[in-house]
Amino acid sequence: MTAQLEYPDPQASDALLSIQDLWKVFGPKADRVPRRPDLARLDRKDLYQKTGCTAAVRDLSFDVAPGEVFVVMGLSGSGKSTLVRCLTRLIEPTAGSIYFEGEDLRAADEKRLRTLRRSKFSMVFQHFGLLPHRKVIDNVSYGLEVRGESKPDRRRRAQEVIDLVGLAGNEQLYPEQLSGGMQQRVGLARALANDPDVLLFDEPFSALDPLIRREMQTEVARLHREVGKTMVFITHDLSEALKLGDRILLMRDGAAVQLGTGDELVGAPADDYVREFVRDVPRADILTLRWIVRQPRPDEQLDGPELGPDVLVREATRLVLESDRPVKVVAEGQLLGVIDDEAILAVVADPDPSAPRPQDG
Amino acid sequence: MASITGSVEIRVRKPRRTVIAGVLVVGWVAAWFVLRGIDTLAIGGQETTALHRWLTAHRDFLGNGNAFFDAIRIAVEHLVILLQNVLSQPAYGRPVPVVGWLGVVAIAAYLAWAFGNWKVALLAAAGLTFVGLQGLWQESMDTLSLTIAAVALSLLVGIPLGIWAGLSNRAFKVATLILDLMQTLPTFVYLAPLTLFFAIGPAAATIATLIYAAPPVVRLTAHAIRSVPAESVEAARSLGSTGGQTLFKVLLPMSRSTVVVGINQTIMAALSMVTVAALIDAPGLGQTVLKALQTLDVGVAFNAGLAIVVIAIVLDRVTTAAGDRPWRTASVRRRVLLGVGGVAVLVAVWFSRTYLWAAEFPTDVGVGSRIAVTASDVTTWVQDVFGGFTYGVRDAVTEGLLNPLEGLLTESPWWLVTVVIVALAAVLGSWRGAVPAAVCLGLLVATGVWHDSMVTLASTLLATVVVVAVGIVLGVWTGRNQRADSWLRPVLDAGQTMPPFVYLVPFLALFGTSRFTAIAAAVVFAVPVTTKIVADGIRAVPVATVEAANSVGSSSWQVISKVQLPVARRAITLAVNQGLIYVLSMVVVGGLVGAGALGYDVAAGFAQSELYGKGLAAGLAIVLLGVMLDRITQAAARRTRKFS
Repeated sequence: MTAQLEYPDPQASDALLSIQDLWKVFGPKADRVPRRPDLARLDRKDLYQKTGCTAAVRDLSFDVAPGEVFVVMGLSGSGKSTLVRCLTRLIEPTAGSIYFEGEDLRAADEKRLRTLRRSKFSMVFQHFGLLPHRKVIDNVSYGLEVRGESKPDRRRRAQEVIDLVGLAGNEQLYPEQLSGGMQQRVGLARALANDPDVLLFDEPFSALDPLIRREMQTEVARLHREVGKTMVFITHDLSEALKLGDRILLMRDGAAVQLGTGDELVGAPADDYVREFVRDVPRADILTLRWIVRQPRPDEQLDGPELGPDVLVREATRLVLESDRPVKVVAEGQLLGVIDDEAILAVVADPDPSAPRPQDG
Repeated sequence: MASITGSVEIRVRKPRRTVIAGVLVVGWVAAWFVLRGIDTLAIGGQETTALHRWLTAHRDFLGNGNAFFDAIRIAVEHLVILLQNVLSQPAYGRPVPVVGWLGVVAIAAYLAWAFGNWKVALLAAAGLTFVGLQGLWQESMDTLSLTIAAVALSLLVGIPLGIWAGLSNRAFKVATLILDLMQTLPTFVYLAPLTLFFAIGPAAATIATLIYAAPPVVRLTAHAIRSVPAESVEAARSLGSTGGQTLFKVLLPMSRSTVVVGINQTIMAALSMVTVAALIDAPGLGQTVLKALQTLDVGVAFNAGLAIVVIAIVLDRVTTAAGDRPWRTASVRRRVLLGVGGVAVLVAVWFSRTYLWAAEFPTDVGVGSRIAVTASDVTTWVQDVFGGFTYGVRDAVTEGLLNPLEGLLTESPWWLVTVVIVALAAVLGSWRGAVPAAVCLGLLVATGVWHDSMVTLASTLLATVVVVAVGIVLGVWTGRNQRADSWLRPVLDAGQTMPPFVYLVPFLALFGTSRFTAIAAAVVFAVPVTTKIVADGIRAVPVATVEAANSVGSSSWQVISKVQLPVARRAITLAVNQGLIYVLSMVVVGGLVGAGALGYDVAAGFAQSELYGKGLAAGLAIVLLGVMLDRITQAAARRTRKFS
């Protein structure tokens, strides 16, 4: 199982958050595991039998660009929740480095870390992590309170974010008086209240029922458009990942399996595990024409309609099927290839992903 | 395959253990016929050993002149005297306390209302007025002063310790170990050694109470802190809270209701210990009960016992209501009412400092004497009417069961008893039972009160058999029947909050002064805890298991005997363990009403200075008996198979 991973250059200076060779191992004498190659190589079961340790995060490296929604996806137990806690050292990583705006977070002392948590990072939790003894508005202003802001200031700011997340009118209620979805809005408002640079989401919607979940996803997408924060989003739900993520990191047993955009995962799964993972995705909604274009045959007429390569297959379906000639895919005046009914139907109607390859340079 | 061999193993092993135990007992009885009267180590009531005399001679060695203990004693004494000045004793050149009865009732009702609700406020006012009408105002306030002092100190020590144990895993392990040990010691035994350090009086009483009452609040605070959801703590940390901010803004507020439950248990334990501490000259209601018990005045004892019960109920209900109160901030209306109430309380306090009728509880009501007379009359009537019956039961049990058992234990040579008990412990709990048994029995011989220890052991064993039998029957019933549970549980809860003294009073009326009285009181004292543990064990049997048994057509009796009791076996062993410890402490207290033996030795040690050393040795013997019985049952529990 050697997935071909294309990591971005860790030294790339435009990354907001840069993770390099990160390890988190639980168990006795955990720090020997990343150091010794013979142990680092072992899989989960062998490692546990030999050392009693479990590697929740294994040798991860990735960059998060400013303004990006970076999704970490995996099944439960894949280490994604541990990973997101390592980013602000809520859980102390075993090895590796974390750079935030060029600053090495692993070298930061407790005080500096607190300062960063108070102003640069915020986190939204799966089970909300609200304080049941505080009213909504006091929950939201908690972060401002611990960093010592005056009461009028934090009231004003809390009211702003409460309005932003659609909680207006509930300020004086207690969390237990709200529905799950509303409670998570409180969690969201609390995270936004300190005006952080990076928002960390730890499976924020998996405790909600499906309708509310979709509503909250839309809400996060809207907030991302409006406030433009960088987000690291943990989820086990592929459709959520595809809906929200600019890029997706797929994890398994603590290690990275594939890192790429949604259509890269669906169109070019790195291995059978990823292929299995993305099997039930409606591929026409994810794949663009770029993924199914082919070179025109010599006898084909090239006077059909033109489309760009980034058009979704779903959007192109009607046009391609109605046209009696193959549709040309053109980027910047250059012909990339053609698409015919067969290619479209292969995506729309055939459930078996025969892994089409991208045809462009 | 595995399950078949498993059941075969049980079938072979179980009779073998019983058979060995049976053979041991039969052998013991046979040996008793031959050897009785030899090496029994009996000593007379005023007789002492060299160890006792040495202890008596050195009683001041630690207590007086040791700056450390003196400083503690003086500080605690000052606190108690301050509270007594405010509540109970004439103070600061006035013939009455700082706050008179009207003020106390008003303050109590106000606090009950502010922290609980108006219902418990009414209860508090009515309860305090009632004890005043009983003619026991000053005694009640003395008891209350000591209780408040002990509770304040318990919380001062207990809550920080509980927080520490809640935050640190290592502290939690150490604390659990120590608290387990402290709770296996009978309450009574703290008193004797403590007087060594803190002399007789309110200070020693308060410190003994502190030791007895602090564990619940430590335990429950630690438990509460540990059960705060990890995500809330993480959320606080992720927002950059310091350790102190996390503690005060998240952990403690979220632990509040559980900590209040701990405070409730601490208050109830303190009240019960403060009354028992009358034995070391603590003032208050316990003193009244004790004196009445010693003069066999059932009427007065009943009156004072009733006052203790009333105070216990008030304290219990008020703190329970405080725990149930939701964490909302007060509405404007409530805040206004609280303010008005506060002013009314101040007015009442002012009245109680200005007018004598509001300061000293009117004595001409005489409710107390009427209660006492009625209780005496009822007692006499009961003795006249049922005397033949109750005394008959008493004599039958004493002649038929207690005397033979006691004879077997006391008349056998000490080495024979030791060998048999160690062997039994080995059969029941292997070396884990045998080694502590051997050590404890060896030390018991050294204390010089072997004979009295065996008398106490006989009563304890007999009472425990009854407690376990009754406890299992009631426990199975309430465990299987929701309605029975909802009826019985409040009774059991109430039973557990009562100070042990109170139990003696009605049984004294029924059975006079005898060992049987102590046994009967011990049974009633220990049945609630045993029943509760058994019921919880029965209820913890998985529903699916019971349904599976029912689905193959088992009768109720088959379900109980073949499924529920075997699966709940560990709970039952625990119930036996707790039953034993409760019985032991009550049998010892029963020494006051003619049960004699160790309890009497301890009480005599407090009363007569030349017997001080013997009393102390007897106190130690109680500890040794308790530890031995605890270790043997724990080891036996360990050997029973785990079902899970």
